[in-house]
Amino acid sequence: MRNFISERAHNIPPSGIRKFFDLALTIEDVISLGVGEPDFRTPWNICESSIYSIEQGVTSYTPNKGLPVLRESLSNYLQQHYHLPYNSDNEIIITSGVSEGLDIAIRAIVDPGDEVLIAQPSYVSYAPCVTLAGGIPVPVQCTEPDRFKLNADALQDKITGKTKALMINFPNNPTGAVMNREDLRAISDIIIDKDLLLITDEVYAELTYEGSHVAAATVSDLWQRTITLNGFSKAYAMTGWRVGYLCAPKELCEAVLKIHQYVMLCAPVMGQVGALEAIRSAEEDKNNMVQEYRLRRNMFIAGLNRIGLPAHVPDGAFYAFPSIKETGLSDTEFAERLLKEQRVAVVPGSVFGAGGEDHVRCAYAVSRKQLTEALGRIETFLTNLRN
Amino acid sequence: MQEKDLELLQILENNSRLSATEIATMTNLTPADVESRIHALETAGVICKYTTVINWEKAGNGEVSSIIELKVSPERDFGYDRIAERLSRFRQVKTLRLMTGTYDLQLLVTGKNMQEVSRFVSEHVAPMDRIRETATHIIMKSYKENGNVLFEQQEAERLPYSF
Repeated sequence: MRNFISERAHNIPPSGIRKFFDLALTIEDVISLGVGEPDFRTPWNICESSIYSIEQGVTSYTPNKGLPVLRESLSNYLQQHYHLPYNSDNEIIITSGVSEGLDIAIRAIVDPGDEVLIAQPSYVSYAPCVTLAGGIPVPVQCTEPDRFKLNADALQDKITGKTKALMINFPNNPTGAVMNREDLRAISDIIIDKDLLLITDEVYAELTYEGSHVAAATVSDLWQRTITLNGFSKAYAMTGWRVGYLCAPKELCEAVLKIHQYVMLCAPVMGQVGALEAIRSAEEDKNNMVQEYRLRRNMFIAGLNRIGLPAHVPDGAFYAFPSIKETGLSDTEFAERLLKEQRVAVVPGSVFGAGGEDHVRCAYAVSRKQLTEALGRIETFLTNLRN
Repeated sequence: MQEKDLELLQILENNSRLSATEIATMTNLTPADVESRIHALETAGVICKYTTVINWEKAGNGEVSSIIELKVSPERDFGYDRIAERLSRFRQVKTLRLMTGTYDLQLLVTGKNMQEVSRFVSEHVAPMDRIRETATHIIMKSYKENGNVLFEQQEAERLPYSF
């Protein structure tokens, strides 16, 4: 029999975390700081409205772009909260999570051989998505001295004649870094000057703890060359609902829509109904969750620094990204031994690409009680290492 | 009220057993600042008491709780205040509120058993001047108290890792 696996699929490296996954399942009483999702349940009003819609028989396809009423609400929401002007008729597509938005955005813009810059450390799917689209992912490293923000000089250095786009994600997974208006302005000049497209994944926008989130498309003249991605998973504790959205100027949006309609047809209708309810009535639930994350962040970061894992204070998302360099272990060894010896699951930073090595990602989207217990276990682990 | 005070109140309402040091790390205040703010809130009567939400049904003491609705003729110059103050002196009255709607005062009354509650209502509350009508509702089961769910909830399974 022939080998049926395509070269493209074959060449994608397997997830660096697979063995941890299997290992964690064999160990009892693991505190997992490895999960990039809220520990809260979806607010009940959201669940209730979706359940009711199913009872009412709302179970069909929706228009490709998504329910018109959802797009209208979203358009108003984006304008009010982020000063983002997107027309609900032709500049917004409801996607199956940001993951789908990312994939179709890249496929709509990348030709074979095009280089796509990725600000790293970054979410793990960016580079494979570029590769799958026939493009070449090029990492641009964000460093700890810059508090993991994207530095204009580092960006400039990686631009070649083949560079077509830049992908960023702030607030950032895994570092929690945030780019304010000034930071974004510094890179916007280069993006415009080099005639690049910007893909910005702002799924953690609502989880901004200092000041308010600045949408990249509102900076300078970036709007016309920006694809904004966002979703409901993180802010409203709706990870399993798979609802995100993609916003872009009309011409770009039309191209993306062609791909969306063939690969996804539409996002799940029950998820879209829930998302609509989230916008309409879950503001307070969201604010309460954000407030709780803020308290946990302050407590956890102080704790990490106290026990000897230096960590910067992340301005957004729900991740701490401490340096483990002083332990003398690699990030993978650290994560593996911490799991085996003290039953705490964290993700090695190198999984997130350039600049992630020597760090581990700890999601503080777990209860304060668990965070305290985890800090105690990590402290014991560090003490044992030193002795 | 200052934002930080509000933050402290929210934290304490959720768990009043946290130490000043624990609260300080969460709120970026110093422990001394936390203590003095809490003290000020106590003095101002904003913080009334530190208490515990208990699932008495689980504790198995067999106490009976009831909601009692009263129709009351208000007094000239005093309205409902004087009668409400009189009622609130009874140890058995845990909560007392003036309501809009078809009745005036609402009492939460607890007792060792049904007889005790009924004796309290018939001997002490109903005969009081200005009380025109009483309606007693026994609480059969409590599902949620002060924002806390009292029944067992199934924990959703989470993956050990996700990105």
